[in-house]
Amino acid sequence: MSRPAAAPREIKTPLEPAEIERLHAGDEVLLSGVIYTARDAAHERLTRMIAAGDPLPVNLAGEIIYYCGPTPARPGRPIGSAGPTTASRMDPYAPSLLEHGVRGMIGKGRRSAAVKDAIRQAGAVYFAAVEGTAALLGRCVRSAEVVAFPDLGAEAIYRLVVERFPVVVANDCHGGDVYDEGRAKFRR
Amino acid sequence: MRTVPADAITAALRDLCITVNHRMGADMLAALERARAAEESEIGRTVLARLLENARVAREEWFPICQDTGTVVVFVDLGQDVHVTGGDLQGAIDEGVRRGYREGYLRASVVRAPLDRQNTGDNTPAIVYTRIVPGDRITLSVLAKGAGCDNMSRLAMLTPAEGREGVVEFVTRTIAEAGPNPSPPLVVGVGVGGTFEQAALLAKRALLRRVGDPSPEPDAAALEAELLRRINDLGIGPGGFGGRITALAVHVEQHPTHIASLPVAVNLDCHSHRAGQAVL
Repeated sequence: MSRPAAAPREIKTPLEPAEIERLHAGDEVLLSGVIYTARDAAHERLTRMIAAGDPLPVNLAGEIIYYCGPTPARPGRPIGSAGPTTASRMDPYAPSLLEHGVRGMIGKGRRSAAVKDAIRQAGAVYFAAVEGTAALLGRCVRSAEVVAFPDLGAEAIYRLVVERFPVVVANDCHGGDVYDEGRAKFRR
Repeated sequence: MRTVPADAITAALRDLCITVNHRMGADMLAALERARAAEESEIGRTVLARLLENARVAREEWFPICQDTGTVVVFVDLGQDVHVTGGDLQGAIDEGVRRGYREGYLRASVVRAPLDRQNTGDNTPAIVYTRIVPGDRITLSVLAKGAGCDNMSRLAMLTPAEGREGVVEFVTRTIAEAGPNPSPPLVVGVGVGGTFEQAALLAKRALLRRVGDPSPEPDAAALEAELLRRINDLGIGPGGFGGRITALAVHVEQHPTHIASLPVAVNLDCHSHRAGQAVL
């Protein structure tokens, strides 16, 4: 937030390491390509499988996980509304997934010190989306397909293809944190 | 004695669930517009503009305002001269929630037990609070309550010596610690007094008030103004990205309490605040 606002950066997924390097906390980004949803229940299962040495139902190496449980699609649409849920609930699981190759996360709210360390070590990035724009975010989804844990309903893992999906870099791989920096600037 | 069929309650609940999740209230829209005019942070103004655009798309294109379509919390004011026929009150409300969430393409977000985490599949049961009041009407006030902000809510049993400053400090600290997580800018419900559980209920009920209307009690209204200023000095801002507007409104509800007690509860509602009412 210390730098002047620029036009949002357009980025295609999967994220290239060099692209992640260039991202700084506060940058506005429009993501296009594939992202995978997973929230509480899916994280619990994925990390249990990793701990047991079992193969994962989705290859997450190099991918972005979106902390989201969408609303059901109306007929003729790929998905309903699809905003982010609170990321800190996934903090206990995130370091294990980053070690397993995940390179990006999308959610809302602060991450723990352990997750921020893991983001730096992995050369990854945590993006924030705005939950109350869930309808606009749902409209950015071109296709949605359940690829794992269908019994979890809204908590299943969906493979989403998104187009110009608006996010803000919250924690970059250099240690920047938009929440700390933004608040410090406006605190009285 | 006036009779009201349970089916009428079910129909009203169904409609309320669908309406509040797609149509942001005029009070909330006005509060977001005022916030956009006042916000000094550029990214804060961008977030507020997108929240307003989101409300328009939700209304015009039938997307829920938020994907967390909430736990349905229903405050029933049941006239003592009303007789509900053809079913029980909780059952009628739950059937309305069931139909509203299925027919409205709303997310089922309720698990049947807190530790086994099995989704009930239809967003039931609703959380229902009933008051018996004079008259022959039924007033149904509904909140579709998101979890992200409910999770950041807090309650403290302060001592009388901590007094007003203790209340201000506790409310402000609750929001400082919540930071970006409850999806600011917030509507802040504060319950002061009563007993342990009464304070929490007052804080929840405070969210039903039209956003930004001051309390009719002068001391509570003054407390609301001070809390709003203190909260907006925190700098958290829209989306938590930094800015002047962290809360849109603070609503304080008070109640008589014990000589030894000063309970205070803070119930947060996010920038997707969804409330509605029907009178039968």
